[in-house]
Amino acid sequence: MKFKLFRAPDGSQGGGSAPEAPVISTPVVTHGAGPVGPTKISARDVSVFYGDKQALYDVSLEIPDKTVTALIGPSGCGKSTFLRTMNRMNDTISHCRVTGRIEMDGEDINAKSVDPVLLRARVGMVFQKPNPFPKTIYENVAYGPRIHGLASSKGELDDIVQISLKRAGLWEEVSDRLHSPGTGLSGGQQQRLVIARAIAVEPEVILMDEPCSALDPIATAKIEELIDELRERYCIVIVTHSMAQAARVSQRTAFFHLGRLVETGPTEEIFTNPRERRTLDYITGRFG
Amino acid sequence: MTDAAANSPRIDRLRAGLKKRYAREKRFRAYGLLAIAIAVGFLVLLLGRIVEQGHTAFYAHTVTVPVYMDPARIDRGYPQGTNFEQLVAEQQLARMGVQDDAAGTKATAMRGLFSSELKYLAADRVARQPGLIGQTVTIAAPASDDADLFFKGKVSRDTPADQRRLSDQQIQWLDQMKADGHVSAHFNSGLFTRGDSTEPELAGVLGAVIGSALMLLVTALIAIPLGVGAALYLEEFAPKGKLTDLIEVNINNLAAVPSIIYGLLGLALFINWMHLPRASPLVGGLVLALMALPTIIIATRSSLKAVPPSIREAALAMGASKTQTVFQHTLPLAMPGVMTGAIISMAHALGETAPLLLIGMVSFVPGLPHSLVEPTGALPSLVYIWENASERAFHERTAAAILVLLAFMIVMNAAAILLRRRFERRW
Repeated sequence: MKFKLFRAPDGSQGGGSAPEAPVISTPVVTHGAGPVGPTKISARDVSVFYGDKQALYDVSLEIPDKTVTALIGPSGCGKSTFLRTMNRMNDTISHCRVTGRIEMDGEDINAKSVDPVLLRARVGMVFQKPNPFPKTIYENVAYGPRIHGLASSKGELDDIVQISLKRAGLWEEVSDRLHSPGTGLSGGQQQRLVIARAIAVEPEVILMDEPCSALDPIATAKIEELIDELRERYCIVIVTHSMAQAARVSQRTAFFHLGRLVETGPTEEIFTNPRERRTLDYITGRFG
Repeated sequence: MTDAAANSPRIDRLRAGLKKRYAREKRFRAYGLLAIAIAVGFLVLLLGRIVEQGHTAFYAHTVTVPVYMDPARIDRGYPQGTNFEQLVAEQQLARMGVQDDAAGTKATAMRGLFSSELKYLAADRVARQPGLIGQTVTIAAPASDDADLFFKGKVSRDTPADQRRLSDQQIQWLDQMKADGHVSAHFNSGLFTRGDSTEPELAGVLGAVIGSALMLLVTALIAIPLGVGAALYLEEFAPKGKLTDLIEVNINNLAAVPSIIYGLLGLALFINWMHLPRASPLVGGLVLALMALPTIIIATRSSLKAVPPSIREAALAMGASKTQTVFQHTLPLAMPGVMTGAIISMAHALGETAPLLLIGMVSFVPGLPHSLVEPTGALPSLVYIWENASERAFHERTAAAILVLLAFMIVMNAAAILLRRRFERRW
């Protein structure tokens, strides 16, 4: 309903006076402070089309390494779509087309020479709903290293599983039942299992698509703590609907609206001193 | 007070509505119960009728008589040439003190009480032990189909003699043989160990069971891998478009094509064009495979569709290739549905008769099949042949063959349910 309320003045249907310039011509506002780490992923004029429908318009964004970047915005604004361009998961959707350039460490990830399978070994992803495989906890974590051939022996694989579960903060809870099904864990545990599965292949980037939206506050707190720890080793991009979560876990925030990147900068600045009126409206809960 | 007064008509209306809603629910439950009762009633009627007709086929009567191996009648060099039936009949008549007439009609009537198997049993004994010639040997042979029916109480003495196959005299002999302790009833193991025969007392279902099993083997080996492969490709790999839509519509159509048309196709394709041996399990299996394919494809596709997309996404995001995703995650999760679909379509194929008519599988085939390319019978066509046979004793055997067919199907369907339970996984 809030979303509707917002769209009404912008929809230019009733001929009412729009309070702002049309969305299309608004340039992206970037705050003065530079990236926290060296740039890991750099997106240039990225647009995404689902059939005839354009979901993302010319998004350009620098994502620094060893930093948590939060993508915020109302539902349907394209933040998840943008997230999925970074590991080419959009390739799996027929009728989906991506234009523009996305570079990881200076290399175009959409180049013909880049194998999406290899890319996804470097860019892990955690989904909204915990989706462990219906296999044992051990098998879930061992799956990635196994298909990518990262462990040369059973002992090495055991070590990878143990380290990954420890890093995901799950080892203490599951060490005595590694061979019971992963689907038997609680929602929060499942999400940490999925994170362990993602980090077992030692990715460089972890994409998280609303990882806490299906969890209770305690499980959410645990995941947030975990994200903060993981930041030291990985470049993390998180899509979230919770302003508080974005403020708590991220160092940089990008605000998306109607398929466009509106504003990006250090999180404190976005939340305390946004340059754009729409950002202010969104983070203060006036729409979205 | 005023609040309650204002509310009371509202509550009354709610209550009245509630009554209606409950009544509707009760009615619906009653319809459901009625429907189930009718279904169960028909099932009981069907099964009851078949069991009632068929249970007598599961036991049979044997006549055990002493036979004097008369050296004057048996050629030592060629015992198979001896007319043992006549020999036994004459001796039996003599034992009962009956004088035969010049034409030997009484001996002929007596011979009709023994199965023609007697001849082979006796010849076999003598051929193996020539020393028995000149001695008296006890031989147990099946009663003829008419005698067997009489002992089972299926021939009424009240029926006028010209309307039954046993004469008054034969009935009297049978009574006497029974009183003398020559007749015994036992489990009819021959029903399960013999192939088809023109003599009801010697006919069994084993040939048809083997034929059906060979046919299903061919069907399963062809239809399951092809069907599952086609479904996997269509569901997981094929680009979605007008062509795949067209293919889907046509597959659904094929599933509804009458089976006799598949029989015609099989006749034209496999027999007339490819010159495969007619009435063979190979051709039968191929035709049934064509028939089972659409069903398997549809069942497999729907169980692939039921696998949550989140599992596919999880695997792809882990860097699994498309093929790895399909074979390591999607297909294993869809497996219970795939197996259920496959087994149910196999059970369906097992009972299919119409296509078999057209590829010649309804001909009389004695003995047991040994290969995929020789003519054989199949269970449903055996039912058809026996039902059309003129001997009354085939009547009960038809029902028995139906019971065997049903048992075959129950085993297959139970296997489908068990496999489903066993492999069903949560996600």
